[in-house]
Amino acid sequence: MKLIVAVIRPDRLNEVLEALYRAEVRGLTVSRVLGHGGETDRVETYRGTTVKVELQEKVRLEIGVSESFVNITVNAILAAARTGEVGDGKVFVLDVAQVRRIRTGERDEAAVTPPVPEEV
Amino acid sequence: MPPVTGSPLLATLRDAAPAVVPADTAWMLVATALVLLMTPALAFFYGGLVRSKNSLNTMMMSFVALGAVGITWALLAYSLAFGEGNAWIGGTANALLGGVGLEAKGTLPHVLFMAFQGTFAIITAALISGAVVERMRFGPYVAFIVLWTLLVYAPVAHWVWGGGWLMTRGVLDFAGGTVVHINAGISALVAATVLGSRKDYSRQAILPHNVPFVLLGAGLLWFGWFGFNGGSALAANELAALAFTNTFLAPMATMVVWVLLDYFRTGRATAVGGATGIVVGLVAITPAAGFVSPTGAIFLGAIAAFPSYFAIVYRSRTRLDDSLDVFAGHGIGGMTGALLTGVFAQKAWNAAGADGLLAGNAAQVGVQAIGVLASLVYAGAMTFVILKLLGLVTALRAAPNVEGVGMDVSQHGEEAYTNGEGSILVIPDAVGAEAPVPALNPQIASR
Repeated sequence: MKLIVAVIRPDRLNEVLEALYRAEVRGLTVSRVLGHGGETDRVETYRGTTVKVELQEKVRLEIGVSESFVNITVNAILAAARTGEVGDGKVFVLDVAQVRRIRTGERDEAAVTPPVPEEV
Repeated sequence: MPPVTGSPLLATLRDAAPAVVPADTAWMLVATALVLLMTPALAFFYGGLVRSKNSLNTMMMSFVALGAVGITWALLAYSLAFGEGNAWIGGTANALLGGVGLEAKGTLPHVLFMAFQGTFAIITAALISGAVVERMRFGPYVAFIVLWTLLVYAPVAHWVWGGGWLMTRGVLDFAGGTVVHINAGISALVAATVLGSRKDYSRQAILPHNVPFVLLGAGLLWFGWFGFNGGSALAANELAALAFTNTFLAPMATMVVWVLLDYFRTGRATAVGGATGIVVGLVAITPAAGFVSPTGAIFLGAIAAFPSYFAIVYRSRTRLDDSLDVFAGHGIGGMTGALLTGVFAQKAWNAAGADGLLAGNAAQVGVQAIGVLASLVYAGAMTFVILKLLGLVTALRAAPNVEGVGMDVSQHGEEAYTNGEGSILVIPDAVGAEAPVPALNPQIASR
């Protein structure tokens, strides 16, 4: 299994979530982060005080997936997060040594997307 | 506006020579300041209802009217509305404030009358912004409200208050149900249609970012509205007291009904609903404030909740992105108020007014309907023309990616809520000194 870490624009989050939902990727963590990826600095002025906003607000997604879902997930993010402008973000795919689902104690492939259908 | 009724002694004095009455002047000075406060109040009401990335832009759309529309009013629009003219439009005698001095206009110094009426023009233009928030570019918006004040507000104000044809026909509009609210409401509906819906509309949840702002705005609007309606008597007299009291009672009734509708429909009394109910009640009582009894005001307020409430419920299910429901609140609320004025008006409460349906004069409802229709047709058509012409010169809307980032940063270069993390001070060139070189590398704040 792999851990996919994506840093994207906040205003693309809804599109990415929708794309992941359609790709049947379940289970992810979202955090608001600050970052800098080479985009043109934004200049803001408050009563004559001019500042360059170098750290932009970004959103970081962390998604643990089974091997068969790696490409599906990455492609969904690439398609939904892209605007074509500098600052669209990055996707990292990391090897994971071990995954455990806390509720059941399941490990590795069984503990990430796709989830095992629950018995009712 | 109806002729001012005062005490017989004052009337005699006035007939002798038109003179400024100090008591009237004192009240109208306060009323003018109260109405001016309504525009910042509207900024908070609207600003709380949008997403945080658009909150400054939304508030600025109201605030900028204080400058742009206010100056337009003084330079030309006042003369077009209240200057000597024909049945359709005033003249240019008072353009550039010519002939607007300290002489009496009614019982007020002419300058004060001009300022009081100016506050109405400002809030009316600002009301329209609620239909185009989160997507309309700031420059074209400012151009639009300036043109709209000259081409729509000034003529309609002349028709109803400045001696124009609706005034002659006996349409009752005490403080601006037609001139302000129907006018702004239909213009908002047209503007929302011409601009098109926000890119996220009916695709994602768009939620109010600050409901306490909405409540603060509604409260301050109510406070300012005492000047709006009470001041429309243009005097410190019984009529002002009647309008003031009706402005006190009607929104209470509307709010109670609105909250009950919310409760029975969704099982919860909502804060945004309560605030909206107050504003709709204020809108509805505006044309009626000086013509109906206080009991009538309570009934009028209660009835007015229904059309606007269900219009908002219906509108949110359609593709029409009148984002902050200006048409449902002000257009439909204004129409309800204007028509109900024709139902509840009583000469017993204002001799200068007229009797309505309940006092045996059903024809007044028809007269009111003429006022409503004239405003709907004229303001709707002119708004369409103004926006289409502006659209030929420049783009009315922000590009989709700009809309995504938000209007605060793109239109104003500011954010409503920022902690400055990751920002680098750009040191300005000191006068006569060697310019220091600003640090260009990203500086990561030490944790």
